[in-house]
Parts: sequence; structure tokens; C-alpha cells
Amino acid sequence: MDTKSGRKRVRTRWHTQDTELTLLALPTTIWYILFCFLPMFGLIIAFKDFKIHGGFLSNVIHSEWSGFKNFEFLFKSNDAWVVIRNTLGYNAIFIVLSIVVPVTLALMIGQLHSGKAGKAYQTIMFLPYFLSWVVVSAIVWAFLSFDKGIANQFLADMGKDPVNWYMEPKYWPYFLVFMNVWKGLGYGMVVYLATISGIDSTYYEAAVIDGASKWQQARFITLPLMKLVIVMMFILAVGRIFYTDFGLFFQVPRDSNSLFDVATTIDVLVYKQLKTATVGMASASAFLQSVLGCVTILTANWIVRRIDPDSAMM
Amino acid sequence: MSKKTEYATGLDKFNRIGTATNVGFHVIFILLALICLVPVLVVLSISLSSEDSIRNDGYHLLPTALSGEAYDYIAQQGRMITRALGVSVLVTVAGTALGVLLTTSMGYVLSRPNYKLKGLLTWVVFIPMVFNGGLVSSYYINSNLLGLKDTVWALILPLAVSSFNVIICKTFFRSTIPDALIESAEIDGSSQLRIFFSIVLPISLPVLATIGLFLCFSYWNDWFQSMLYIDNQSLYSLQALLNSLMTNVDALAKNASSMGVSYAELVATMPKESARMAVAIVIVVPVAIAYPFFQKYFISGLTVGAVKG
Repeated sequence: MDTKSGRKRVRTRWHTQDTELTLLALPTTIWYILFCFLPMFGLIIAFKDFKIHGGFLSNVIHSEWSGFKNFEFLFKSNDAWVVIRNTLGYNAIFIVLSIVVPVTLALMIGQLHSGKAGKAYQTIMFLPYFLSWVVVSAIVWAFLSFDKGIANQFLADMGKDPVNWYMEPKYWPYFLVFMNVWKGLGYGMVVYLATISGIDSTYYEAAVIDGASKWQQARFITLPLMKLVIVMMFILAVGRIFYTDFGLFFQVPRDSNSLFDVATTIDVLVYKQLKTATVGMASASAFLQSVLGCVTILTANWIVRRIDPDSAMM
Repeated sequence: MSKKTEYATGLDKFNRIGTATNVGFHVIFILLALICLVPVLVVLSISLSSEDSIRNDGYHLLPTALSGEAYDYIAQQGRMITRALGVSVLVTVAGTALGVLLTTSMGYVLSRPNYKLKGLLTWVVFIPMVFNGGLVSSYYINSNLLGLKDTVWALILPLAVSSFNVIICKTFFRSTIPDALIESAEIDGSSQLRIFFSIVLPISLPVLATIGLFLCFSYWNDWFQSMLYIDNQSLYSLQALLNSLMTNVDALAKNASSMGVSYAELVATMPKESARMAVAIVIVVPVAIAYPFFQKYFISGLTVGAVKG
């Protein structure tokens, strides 16, 4: 990037402008040190017998090294494996659907005869993206509440027994996948629509003259030209496979204990361990997530750079 | 020129999906739009139902007995809700202002090609994108070392900067502001601070709007920071209030001005169910009204972001 060209032009002497720019960058740099870099060093508490009470710094320095004890405890409990399975499993499904559904819809919405209607649909489908998970949790509650929910009233009208939704793990994988697709639909379409609108119209003109059907145009022009963006989005999503949307897995199932096995991901487990003051395990889980996440993100970024250097992070 | 457009529209007309397919697509999109819209309308309908009807018949797609009692209650008794609204507005305004300032200043500095510490600061911004300290150590550092627990700063500071936004700004400044403009100001003897505030920012309104909107929505919609750091109920934002109402619907009565009514009586008579959904509506309405107008700034930010990691 421009670091290289910058290096060529480097003036050896420190200039007043450099002092002024440093001053301008100082507040943000301090922010980064306090909120990003200090916590990175704080990760060492995963290897310590950390006490919650008292000052943080003195605790970090004075608490005893415990080696990998925290990690041993973490993996002795069955939770760790369940949670890793959930995190990777849900993310795998989310990655596939977050490509297939928005790409299909983006291809379809451009074909509507009325462009205005297309814009209107797109705007409405963007709405869930702007709702917080707390609001979404209230919405889901309106449907799934045992005694008042709309779903159970519907079942009653059909002459069926009501279901205690928040106690029945078997439905939740579908609910969680549905809510994730629902909330991300508008966001996902934006990126693919931008790509489609950037395609040169002469491709289609030539195809029409050659007698290509609409289906053939989508299959042999639009999709191949979208391939690069789709591959990029896929790789970047895979890079974040150890991270999940905390709100989806914590707020929507309303922290129900019966749903632990199907709705707890690494992020939720870390939060629960933190709140129940099992700090050792919490810090071990957080450490694992940070390190594994870093490895996958860097790998993904490395692959992206080999395919398309402009899309890579650095 | 006109001939060309005629030709293009002619081709467009020819190269269209069939009417039946078009109708089919419309049906699919109308269904999807309903799936996105109806859940929000259900919440609105519950907030407008009378408490008795909810107690007897449960929630409904359309209110069985229309009533504004929840909103009356909020207006008269809801000291807690007014307070929470105040906290939400304050955090959103202050956070957005601070965040825009911190993000754009860093973006500008990184966009200057000859700056000596550019390499170092690029790393400062880049590293947090791939590696982070995780929830546990962030929590202890923020609450214990920085003393943010139970202060409004805990809601503002941790969300102010994101490397993603800094990079959007840097890319924008790099590609839209001509070097000659900055250099001529430097020759005229302006300091970098002055260049940034009186030249760069005024001509960068699109990127300010994008970053400002991202921040605005993320502050307004944030409940996680409150859940982590705020125990004091007078510092609850609307999101935090709704969050606590979802677990305990009686919480709304706690701080109400009881006016001679006992707490137990208030809990028994207040419109709990509908008031809870009314809080959700108070959160959603400003967002739902605002986003269609600002969508284009969002989209420009998201498409830059998608390309730029």
C-alpha cells in the first residue's frame, strides 16, 4: 500500500508538522492503549490464580502463577466441548446461509419490473438490522411466551396442546438460525447489490443479442462476476468463526437453563463464568477465544491477500 | 443521446423477466417484507392493548381491546422511563460527538503520507482488528483499574472508536482530499490542528455522516455495556431498562412516584405487560423513522467496509 511509497519519500528530520500530527493522534492513541492494549496484557490472568477483590494491577502482579490449571478445569467440565461445538456449528450454518440467501435475493430484487418497489422492499428488509437484541428478545417473547404468546394461541386454535417453547431445546437451533438470517438480511443484500450494480451493462446487451435467457445471464454473467466478492465475504466470515453474536445467543433464548446445550456459545459461556465469579475459567475461555480467533483471522486475511490484495486488511 | 436511451429502454423492455415470474418475485418479497415488519407491529399492538385483555386473552396480532393506558402510565408515572430516555439521549449524543472526533482525527493523521510515526500508528489501529484482550480482562480493567463501573463513562468510552471506522475515514481522506490543498495550507503556515478542523472536516461531510450514523445507532442500541457495568438503576438507559423489564416485569413500579399508593397496590394496578412493550416502542420509533432517510450513508459505509475488512 502507501507505506512503501511513504518509505521512499521519508524525510530524515523530525518536522513541526510531525509534532502537531502526533498531538492530533494522541487522544485516540491513549484510547487504544487503555481499551485495547491494556486488556491484551490482562490476558495473562488466564495463567494466574486471580482474585477478584482489591486493585487490578496489584492482583495481577501478586497473584500466583497457576500454569495451565485454569484450562484443565475448563476442559474437565463438559461445557467447554458443548460450547465449542455450538460456536463452530452455528457459525458454519450462518456462513452458508448469509451468502446463499442474500445473494439469491439480491439477484431477484434487481429483476423486478418496478425499481421503486425493489427499493421499498429493500428498505423494509433492512429494519431488523437496526433493532437491538433486547428489542428482538421482546418481539420473540410476544410470539413464544407460554401463557400469552401468539404461537401458543395459534396452536390452541388448531386444537393442539401449547408448547413451553423456552424449555424445549429441540426447536431452538431452527429459531436461532431463523433470527440470525432475519436480522442480517438487509445488511447482507447491501454488499451484493452494490456488486451487481457495478457490473457493466454491455455484458448483458451482448448476451441478449446472443439469445441468452435471464437464467443464463444470471448463471453465466452475474454470478461469475460476483464470485470474488462472495469468496471474500466467505473467507472473512470463516476468519471470525470463533466469535458469535452475544446478543443472539444470550437475549433471544432469555438465558434459559434448559436451553444451555443448544444455545450457549463461547461468548455466552465467558459472560456466564464472569458473572458467577469463576474468573479463572472465564479468563481461560476468553484467552482461548482470543488466540484461536487471531489465528483464524490472520489466516483468512493471508488468503484474501493472495486472491485480491486490495481487499485484505493490511 | 435520446436515441441511445431509447435503444437502452427498448432493450431493457425486451430483456425482462416474464410477467408471471415478476408477480412471483413480488409475492416472495412482500412475504419477506411482512416477516420483517409484522413482528414490530405486534409489539406496537401489545403496547396499545388494555392490560385486562392481555391478562385474559394473551398477546394478539391486533389489539382485542384498544387502550392507551400504557402510554398514559409512562407519561404520568414513568419517572424511570423519562430518566432512562435522558440517559439514552445523553449517551448517544456525547458518544457520537466524542467518537467522531477521535475516529476522524486518527483517520486524518494516518492519511498523511509523510508523517513519521505513520507506520507505528497503523499497527496501533490494525492489531486490535485481529487480536483482543477478551471480555474478562477488559471487564476488570474498565471497572477496576479505570474506575468506570456505575458511571456514565462506561457507556460512552469503550464504544467510541473502532478500527473499522478509522480505516473508512483514512480511505476517504486519502482518496478525496487533494495533497495540494493540505500542502498549500502548510506553506501558508497553518498548524495541522487548524488544517484538520477548518479545512479537512468541513469538506468531509459524507464520511462524518457515515461514521456519525454508525456510532449513533450503536450507542442508541447498546445494552451490553449497561449489563456489564451499570448496577445503579438511575443510570439505566432505555435498552437497559427494557432488559431488566424482560426478566422482571414489576421493576417498572420500583421508582414510580407512588402518590400515596403503596408499592404492592401499584404493582397490582399498573399496566405491566403493555408498558413493557411501550418501552420497546419508545426505543424503536426513532430508529424506524430515521433509518430510511440515512440509509444511503449506511450503505456507503458498509460497502467500503466490506471491501476493506
